[in-house]
Amino acid sequence: MSPAPAIPHWTHQFLKALTLQAGLNTTTVLLGVAALGLAAGVVGTFTLLRRRALLSDALSHAGLPGVCAAFLIATALGYNARSLPLLLLGAAVFGALAVLAVHALTRVPRWKEDAAIGAALSVFFAFGVVLLSRIQTLDTGNVAGIQAFIFGQAAAISRADALAMAALAVAVVALAALAFKELRLACFDAPFAAVLGLRPAVADALILAAALLVTVLGLQAVGVVLIVALLIIPAAAARFWTERLPAMLAIAGLGGAVSAYTGAALSAAAPGLPTGPLIVCACGVWFAASLAFAPSRGLVARLRRRAAVARVIQRQNLLRTLLELAAERPDHAARHADLARARGWSDAATQRALAHARRAGEIRRTPDDAWTLTDLGAARAARIAHARNLWTLYLITHADVAPSHVDTSAEEVEHLLGPDLVAQLESALPPNAPARPA
Amino acid sequence: MSPLQTFLTLDFPALAAGVLAAVSCALVGCFLVLRRMSLMGDAISHAALPGLVLAFLLAGAASPIPMLLGAVAVGVLTTVLTETIHRWGRVEPGASMGVVFTVLFAIGVLLLEQAAGRNVHLDADCVLYGQMEDVAWINAPASLADLFTPAAWEFFPREVATLALALTLTLGLIALLFKELRLASFDPALATTQGFNADLLRYVLMTLTAVVAVASFEAVGSILVVGMLVVPAMIAHLLVNRLAPMLAVAAAVAAAAGAIGYAAGAFAPRWLPVDSSLSAAGMIGVALGVMLALAALFAPTHGLLSRRARQLALAVAVRREDLLADLHRAAEQRDPRPALRSHGLVGALAERSLLRRREAARTPHGPLALTPLGAERAARVVRAHRLWEAVLVDDLGLRPDHVHRAAERLEHLAASDPDAALGPRAADIRRDPHGKPIPAAPHGAQP
Repeated sequence: MSPAPAIPHWTHQFLKALTLQAGLNTTTVLLGVAALGLAAGVVGTFTLLRRRALLSDALSHAGLPGVCAAFLIATALGYNARSLPLLLLGAAVFGALAVLAVHALTRVPRWKEDAAIGAALSVFFAFGVVLLSRIQTLDTGNVAGIQAFIFGQAAAISRADALAMAALAVAVVALAALAFKELRLACFDAPFAAVLGLRPAVADALILAAALLVTVLGLQAVGVVLIVALLIIPAAAARFWTERLPAMLAIAGLGGAVSAYTGAALSAAAPGLPTGPLIVCACGVWFAASLAFAPSRGLVARLRRRAAVARVIQRQNLLRTLLELAAERPDHAARHADLARARGWSDAATQRALAHARRAGEIRRTPDDAWTLTDLGAARAARIAHARNLWTLYLITHADVAPSHVDTSAEEVEHLLGPDLVAQLESALPPNAPARPA
Repeated sequence: MSPLQTFLTLDFPALAAGVLAAVSCALVGCFLVLRRMSLMGDAISHAALPGLVLAFLLAGAASPIPMLLGAVAVGVLTTVLTETIHRWGRVEPGASMGVVFTVLFAIGVLLLEQAAGRNVHLDADCVLYGQMEDVAWINAPASLADLFTPAAWEFFPREVATLALALTLTLGLIALLFKELRLASFDPALATTQGFNADLLRYVLMTLTAVVAVASFEAVGSILVVGMLVVPAMIAHLLVNRLAPMLAVAAAVAAAAGAIGYAAGAFAPRWLPVDSSLSAAGMIGVALGVMLALAALFAPTHGLLSRRARQLALAVAVRREDLLADLHRAAEQRDPRPALRSHGLVGALAERSLLRRREAARTPHGPLALTPLGAERAARVVRAHRLWEAVLVDDLGLRPDHVHRAAERLEHLAASDPDAALGPRAADIRRDPHGKPIPAAPHGAQP
């Protein structure tokens, strides 16, 4: 661990840690935590898809009584109460107990899984708090060691712990690769998996066992309260980037690793701050970035798609309105104000729609500052008007909608009628239906 | 110090804080559990941390109004963020909740560490375990008469006052919106069609959750708040069927857990092999856990053991009738050592029941024999069995060798008395499909 830096060197220290130049120990810890993040991302993907994300919350909170009970038992029996494997074993046992408790509580009538999870996590944690208050009075000077498990303290991680995290990452990736087919089927279609004889319950047990291991090994780095974030956030963030499981696993693993690594590096630069919250904040930044900027499911992309559709609809409305105005008054070319009035648009909206349509070559400006359809525009306008008429007729003829009520629907649907649907409508309507435009 | 003053100074504030926190949480929790939003309570109690820390930092000290505002902001923020991520990001609700509350909690912890130097009232320990034991009434009245002097109330503990305020607010809102909350809890869609804004009600509920969570936070910490929200409501939901009694039961359970938990923590050295008191907040959680387990096992209608017991009683009743039928058939065939279905626990209990009801007695040389009362009841069971066999073969066209099993079940159903179903025809059926005689209808079983 690097010596505690003065505050002004904070950034410098962070960059040093980030680029693995902060000494061998820090480097080992950072790589170990990154491996943990990788494993958490992969396991979290499966728990997320199995809709078990919050079950791991109960599992991880049970780590506190587990660690404390192991500590007390070891002290009472005269073993070394600081032995990490012993404490983690306690956490694993209690984690498994918490999962079993949730399972048992959901078997009682009227008790749903959400309440069962909330009850189990807080009751187990409360028991841990009681045990901890007992340890605090024991005067063995080890309370600080236990308290590091609550919010995580990367400085407490030894080389051997980091190696264990790396081994866990390898094991989890190997499990995901070897049992990929079974796990995927259990996640997406458990009944089908059962029909094929793949036993989704076994897949579930494997996933939970892996989550338990991640939780237990992550206690030192992230702490019992927040380790669940490492299982949820990278997986939820990865979901924004892809529709395919292998890619999602890779992105979740990578996201988890980078977030954990960054958080631990921050913590190395600022030893006063607990590591867990820093890692979770790093995860949160990555999640927010994914939510905002992922290519097809991200907010920005979806808003842009929405705006593009709105523009197309606006342009089509403009074309049809121009056509209608020309039909009403063939001698009068429509001006800006006529269009704005006919559509009920603001000046700015009309201006935008006109600009789009002109760029698309659908309308042109006449010398006296009016607007008229080009040949391309006229053809498109005719097609839209045709689709609208067909839909109106269809509603009146086949859906028994009163003629005075069809305009709203037609206004919305006319933009969605593709060539196939238009052809179907043409064949479904009586022969006196409007003829197709040339 | 008089004993009263000691009690009022040390025990009363912590006890009151525990009980008030538990009761206000339990009342709100009922609606969370019914609407399956328990984990939203979890999320809000975690997310309350940054709101609380910011309120502390901005106000400079712990005072109720900024804390209340912070709580409202937190409740709305958590709900809005969770729904935004769920709807706009299409992340499943549980996961979006998980993202929101872990990140907010993490931010809260970091803020807390930053603020730790500036504020002595709030630290990481308080966040997790609360500081119930640290609540004290300085200058508490030394006698009952002193209770009525203003000076005694000058240092009344702020935490207790805040919790009392939160409880009053909770009770007031529940009383005011009882009808709306009830409808929205059991049938949100109907509530919407009736013109109640279910979304608005949800925000009211979330805000109320945040208020009780923040008020209880200082006493028991953010994670135990979850238990106080969820567990009493779960227990009450198992015990009663209507909302108003459910609220009352949940409040009673919570108050009991608060009192028992505090006592167990404070008096642990007397009761447990430890030499110092234990965390009272933790003990409240443990007490709730124990009560939850007891309810799960022993709740009258829905408890797991109660259901087992009812199933066992039914199995014994059925087996008793089987034994009666066995004895009847043995008497028919003059079999002195009949094979009775008295094996296993159920069989043994059924045999005891038979003897206790004086339907059978031990003969001097060992085996059971029917008493006159038993003979009549046995005849009724066998009659039902054989009549059903006849009906299944004659009316439903089943093969004679396929009907025994069905008749074996139907004979025990009081609701399917074949005499009633067949009417006068029953008297004409003398023999079952296997040619065995059908015992005559006993008195009282005639249609």
